[in-house]
Amino acid sequence: MANTQSMCTSFLGELLSSTHNFSSANPAHTANTADTFKAALYVTTATMNASTTAYSATNEVSGTGYSAGGVTVTNATNPASTNSSTTAGVGYWTPSASIIYSSVTLSTAFDTMLLYNSSQSNKAVAVYTFGSQTITAGNFTLTMPSNTTTTALVRLSTT
Amino acid sequence: MLITTTKGEMDDSLLEHKSGSVDNDVEYTTWDEYYLNGELVHRSAHVTLKKTPFTDLIGATLG
Repeated sequence: MANTQSMCTSFLGELLSSTHNFSSANPAHTANTADTFKAALYVTTATMNASTTAYSATNEVSGTGYSAGGVTVTNATNPASTNSSTTAGVGYWTPSASIIYSSVTLSTAFDTMLLYNSSQSNKAVAVYTFGSQTITAGNFTLTMPSNTTTTALVRLSTT
Repeated sequence: MLITTTKGEMDDSLLEHKSGSVDNDVEYTTWDEYYLNGELVHRSAHVTLKKTPFTDLIGATLG
């Protein structure tokens, strides 16, 4: 078993049905209210990949200071989009602050973060992998990339 | 400086400090470890993601 960094395929279909709403300006759901997104951590023996459709507690990390389901992602910046040509462009979004798990002890090695929508039945957005970590009476911080067309945490591109 | 450890807050002068980093295409990661008599009592890690999933959608055209 292994984790594979990937955009969850289910998320692509859900975008077309407006299941997800990153924007407080989008009235498709509750007017001017963005959904709540969360970030959960998974152990190295989990199988998180493009087939992941929703948050699950199976193989999620556990330990002192960590609550099942992970932490809420700070979302103060609405999605943006930029044309890369007359026929193509990139839509992108990045959490507006680092994702921090404070004062935790996570003894089982983990290497994966699942971003998911807790406002929409915990549906999955994307799986992010990194080098295996453990934490002992400390903090685990995921610093977000720059919110640009080439580095944002969530990017959708037309070609 | 006080360090939060498995044995409570301790002055870092009492602890052995080790740190490291990884820098590759996927991430830039740093970590700090503190040991008391050889026992790991604190470990924090800081991951900066570089490479993230990227999805290409093919645009439909008419005609």
